[in-house]
Amino acid sequence: MTKSELIARLAELNPHLYQRDVERIVTTIFDEITAALARGDRVELRGFGAFSVKRRDARQGRNPRTGEAVDVSQKAIPFFKTGKQLRERLNNGK
Amino acid sequence: MAPKTVTRAQLSEAVYQEVGLSRNESADLLESVLSEISSALARGEAVKISSFGSFSVRKKGQRVGRNPKTGEEVPIFPRKVLVFRPSQLLKNRINDGVDEGDAAE
Repeated sequence: MTKSELIARLAELNPHLYQRDVERIVTTIFDEITAALARGDRVELRGFGAFSVKRRDARQGRNPRTGEAVDVSQKAIPFFKTGKQLRERLNNGK
Repeated sequence: MAPKTVTRAQLSEAVYQEVGLSRNESADLLESVLSEISSALARGEAVKISSFGSFSVRKKGQRVGRNPKTGEEVPIFPRKVLVFRPSQLLKNRINDGVDEGDAAE
């Protein structure tokens, strides 16, 4: 399922809404999660999962092609932990 | 600054502010978004949200685990796990956010 398929599906479930409003709703949700993570906050959605930011220290990496040592600066990566309810749903079908 | 936790309340408030539906309806729509994504994943479908990231279901085979407390061997049955791959854009946004303060280089 892509973002546009998700929007189409929600529009179908909510015939009283304009498609462009459904689009804004979906976009707002993901923008808001992104903004929270950019501030370093966690986003916890019970039953679904939690997004958080993990820090990676600066390290010395290596160019795999040339073997040359390169400095990799510290960075942050987004991380998602599946919620309990969703994890169970994945394993019981439905 | 200690990280705060954003929950459904703040997300549906954002939808309320942005779209002008009632607070109740905003909360319902957020719930539908999450449940449609969950249902697709439960069907084994991958969910790709452009400029955010993609969720996919990975099947794990059976393996032998060990109870760390007793050392006893226990089988871990085949199961499905969810993997989230952030988009490049999301990764960049997160690093722009944390870079402030150490503007070395």
